[in-house]
Amino acid sequence: MRWPEPLTTFRRAELSIAEKLRQITWSMLFFIVLIGVFGFAMLYSAAHSVDPWAMRQGIRFLFGLVILVAVSLVDIRVYLRYAYAIYGLAFMLLVFVDVAGEIGMGAQRWIDLKVIQLQPSEVMKIALVLALARYFHRLSADTIGNPLTLIVPIVMVFAPVGLVLMQPDLGTAVMLVLVGAAMFWVAGVRLWKFVVVALAGAGAVPLAWTFLHDYQKNRILTFLHPESDPLGTGYHITQSKIAMGSGGLGGKGFMKGSQAYLNYLPERQTDFIFAMLSEELGMIGGVLLLLLYTVLFVYGYAIAFNSRNHFGRLLAIGITINLFCYVFINMAMVMGLLPVVGVPLPLISYGGTAMLTVLFGFGLLMCVYVHRDLKIGQRGLGDDS
Amino acid sequence: MNQEKARSLVFTRRAALLGGGQILLLSTLVGQMYQLQIVESDRYTVMSDDNQLSDRLLEPLRGRILDRFGISLAENDHNYRVEVIPEKVGDLKQVLEQLSRFIPLTDEDRESILLDAKKRRSFVPIAVSENLSWHQLASIEVNAPDLPGVSIEVGQRRRYTQGRNCSHIIGYVAVPSEKDLTGGPFNPLLELPGFRIGKSGVEKQYDEALRGKQGSKRVEVDAVGRVVRELEDKRVEPTSGQDLVLSLDIGLQQFVQQRLASELSASAVVLDATNGDVLALGSAPAYDPSMFTRGVTVREWQDLMSDPLRPLANKATGGEYAPGSTFKMMVALAALKRGIDPNRHVFCPGVYSVGNTNFHCWKKGGHGSVDMYNAHKYSCDVFFYDTAMQTGIDNIAEMARQFGFGAQTGIDIPGERHGLIPDSAWKQATYGEPWYPGETPSAGIGQGFITATPLQLAVMAARLGSGRAIVPHFRRAAIVGAADTPAADEPPALDIPERHFEVVREGMRRVVNDQGGTAFRARIAEPGMEMAAKTGTAQVRHISMSEHLSGVRKNKDLPWQQRDHALFVCFAPVATPRYALSVVVEHGGGGSAVAGPIAHDIMLETQRRNPARANLGQKLAMTQKS
Repeated sequence: MRWPEPLTTFRRAELSIAEKLRQITWSMLFFIVLIGVFGFAMLYSAAHSVDPWAMRQGIRFLFGLVILVAVSLVDIRVYLRYAYAIYGLAFMLLVFVDVAGEIGMGAQRWIDLKVIQLQPSEVMKIALVLALARYFHRLSADTIGNPLTLIVPIVMVFAPVGLVLMQPDLGTAVMLVLVGAAMFWVAGVRLWKFVVVALAGAGAVPLAWTFLHDYQKNRILTFLHPESDPLGTGYHITQSKIAMGSGGLGGKGFMKGSQAYLNYLPERQTDFIFAMLSEELGMIGGVLLLLLYTVLFVYGYAIAFNSRNHFGRLLAIGITINLFCYVFINMAMVMGLLPVVGVPLPLISYGGTAMLTVLFGFGLLMCVYVHRDLKIGQRGLGDDS
Repeated sequence: MNQEKARSLVFTRRAALLGGGQILLLSTLVGQMYQLQIVESDRYTVMSDDNQLSDRLLEPLRGRILDRFGISLAENDHNYRVEVIPEKVGDLKQVLEQLSRFIPLTDEDRESILLDAKKRRSFVPIAVSENLSWHQLASIEVNAPDLPGVSIEVGQRRRYTQGRNCSHIIGYVAVPSEKDLTGGPFNPLLELPGFRIGKSGVEKQYDEALRGKQGSKRVEVDAVGRVVRELEDKRVEPTSGQDLVLSLDIGLQQFVQQRLASELSASAVVLDATNGDVLALGSAPAYDPSMFTRGVTVREWQDLMSDPLRPLANKATGGEYAPGSTFKMMVALAALKRGIDPNRHVFCPGVYSVGNTNFHCWKKGGHGSVDMYNAHKYSCDVFFYDTAMQTGIDNIAEMARQFGFGAQTGIDIPGERHGLIPDSAWKQATYGEPWYPGETPSAGIGQGFITATPLQLAVMAARLGSGRAIVPHFRRAAIVGAADTPAADEPPALDIPERHFEVVREGMRRVVNDQGGTAFRARIAEPGMEMAAKTGTAQVRHISMSEHLSGVRKNKDLPWQQRDHALFVCFAPVATPRYALSVVVEHGGGGSAVAGPIAHDIMLETQRRNPARANLGQKLAMTQKS
C-alpha cells in the first residue's frame, strides 16, 4: 500500500537514518552520560579499583548507549505494533523464572544467557509501559469512562505483579503498580476508580501478607520498628544512615568513605551506592545527582508534551515515571524513609539488566521525541490515518 | 478530532499534576538529606567513628623478681610462636605439611589447628606452635616467601630461673580464673588473651606492682572486626611492672632446698634475726612452677593434688605442728616474768603427777635435780611440767604471743596459717569449759592444743636471739639500685628484761655446745660461728598408759604418718646473734637426731655465705649497670 504524500507534520516519520540522527536530543544524552560517569566514579571508589565493578559497568554503559540510539531510530509504530508481543514475551520469561525457581528449590530472578544474566522483572517494567500505552492509545475519552474497559489493563498490571511477588521481588512489584497507576491516571481514568482499586487492594493486604516470605515480612516489620533488629535488616538501614549522616555537607572525600570502605555499608556497589556517594561527596554530591535526574525527568515531560501521538505521550510518561520510581524508591530506602525492597539506583548501581533496561527506556523516550510529529490514529498502527 | 483533543487536554493536565507530585516527593528526599547530613550530622559522625575506630590494649612487661644480690629469679622470655591466618593461606593442610619440616607437628596438632580454622573467622590468626627455638625461628624466617599467611609473633612468657628451688616463695602466674575476672573491679587487662596474673607466692602478693600499666593503641577496624591499620599518633606505650628485689639469698636458698630433699617432707626458714629478712625458706617436696606458665594438664594437677607429701603446700608458712620442746623457752620466760628464780631446782624422777594423771619425762628414770639452764640442756619435761603449773597457762600464752605464736607473723606471701596458742578464755570460748589444771603440763612441753608454723618457730628464734620484735618479710626494695632500706628502721625491742633473755640463751647454748646437751652432735665447732639451739620432738599419736608400761614403741617401728615430727630451732653466732633458723621434718622422728644435722648444715652454710654482709647496695648497683 502506498502512503499518501506526507504532510510537513508527518515528514519526520519518514526520515532517513541520517535525518533521524539529527533529530536526537544530544543534550539529553549528555546528561545521561554525566550520570553514567558519576556511577563509574562511585563504582571505582567502592573497590578502589576499576575491578571488579567499574570497568564492567563502564563497558555495559557504552554498549547500552549504542542500544539507546538504535532503539530511538526504529519507527515508533513498530513498538506500537509489537507492544503486546513484547509484553507477552516478558510475561513468559517471568513465568519461566518462577517455574525454574520452583524446581531449583530457591528464589531465582534471572535467566543465565551467558553474555548477560537477564532479569525478566526488569524487562517487564518496559513491557508493561509499552502494553498500557498501546491499550490506552486505542481508547477514546468516552470509552475510557466505561469501567469494563479497565479490566484488561488492570489484569495487565496485576498478573506480572503476582508473578514478581512469587519470586519474591517486592521492589519490582511496587514499581509495576506505581507505573501502572501513573499511566491509568494520565490516560484519564477517574479518581474514584483508583479509590475502588486501592480499597480492594487494601482488603487484599491480609491475604497478600500470607503469601509473603518471612524475610519480606521481616523487612516490612523492621522498617516499621527498626530498633527491634539492630543487627539484622535494621543494621543495614542504620549503617546506611550513619554513612550518609557522617558525610555531612561536603562529604569525607572521594574514596575516603570509612563506612563503605570498611564494609559497614551493605551492598555498597548496588542498592546502597547512594549512601556511599553521600558519605564521600556529602549532601552537595547527593543533591547534584538528584538534580541530574530531575533534568532527565524534565526532558521526559517535555517529550511527552511535545508528542503529537497519544501512544508517544503515554510511553514517554510511563518511561519517565518508571525512572522516577527507581530513583525515589532507592533513595528513600537508603535514607530510611521506605523499607529495604531492593531497587537499584539507575545508571549508578552495579548490575547489567537494570542498566540496559533503563537505557532501553531512554531509547524509547528518544524515539518518541524523534517521531514526535507523527500522528497515529486511535485504531490504526499509524497507517490508517 | 474532538475526542483526540479532549484526551490530549486531560493528559496534559494530569501529567502536570503528576509532575507536581514528583517535585513534592523529591523535596522530601532533599529534606531527609538535610535532616541526616546537616541537622544530625554530628551524631552520625560520632557513630561512624565508633564503628571505625577501636582501642586495643597493649600488655605491659611484667616486673622481674630478683634475689638480694640482683640475681634474677623470675623474668620474661620472648615467646616466639608461629601463626597462620587461614584467609591468607591457600591450602592450610599443605602449609602445615611444609611447616612440619621445621617444627614438630603431630597429627593431633594438625587436626586441632584445622578444626580451629574452621570454627573461627578466617582472618583470626591461629597459633600453630609456641616457644620456638632459635633454629626453628631462623629456618621459618628463611623460608617465609614459600609460606604465605604464616607469620612469627612474639609474646612474653614468665620464666622461673630457679625451678623447684623457690617455687613456694615466688609462686607462679597463670591465666585469670572466672573468680579473678568477676571478683574485683573490672580490669580490661585481665581479659587480654594470654595475660597472666600472680596466683601464689610473691607473684600474687605483689601482683599489682609487678603487672605494670597497660598501654593502648587505636586501630581502624572493618565491619567484621579485622584490623585495617593503626593510628600511630594515638599509641600509648605500656609501662612495665616494677622489678621486685627480695631479701632472699638464692645461693643459700638452693642449699636449703637441696638439703631438705634428703627428707620426705620437711621445711626450714632462715631469718636475719636483726631485721626479719627472710634469707631462705624451704619446703620439700617442691614443684616446678614452669608447668603453670605453660599450662598444667589435668593429669599433672591430679597427681599434685593427691600426693600425700603435698608438694604444692608451703609447709614453712602453712604447716601447723605441735612445737614440742622448742616451746619450752616460752614457758621459761613466762616463769621468769612471774618472778620464778632461774636457779630453782626441780627434781625429775621421770614422771610428774597432776591429780590422777601421770606425765612422763622423755627420759625414763628422770634427770634428777635440774635448774632452768640444765632443763633446757637436757630438755627435761618434768621441770617444765612443774614450771608451767607454777606459771599458769594464761601467762605462758601471753609470752608466746609476744614471740609471734598464735597469730600470723605478717610475712608477705599469701596462705600463712596462724597456729594456736590456747589459754583459759580460748578454752571457754571454744569448748564451753574452763581450763583444767591437768591440761597445763602438756602445754609446758609444747604439746596438747598448741600448734605453730615453722616460720613462727624461726621468728621466735630470731626474737630470742636479737631481743627485737622482728617481722619476717621477703620484699627489700621495689627497684633495683634503690637504697637498701630495710635496716634503716630497726624493729623495736621486746618488752623483756635482758637478764631473762640471758637465762634462756645460756640454756640454749648448753643444748648444743655442752657435752650431754640434746643437740650436742649438731654443734658448730668453727670458732665464732657457734649456735644456740633447742630440739623438739612432737608427738603425733596418743601414747596409752599400757604402752608407757610396756615400753614406748620406737619411731622406726611405726608407719610414717604416725612417727613424731622432728623440730629444731637455733640462732647464731651465739655471742652476737645474727641468723635464726627453724627446721621441721614431718614424721622425721627425733628432733636432735633428724632435724639437728640439717640445722647444723644450714646454719654453718648461712654463716659462711654471710648473706647479711654490708656491701649489698653496691652489688645491686653493679647488677643494674651490667
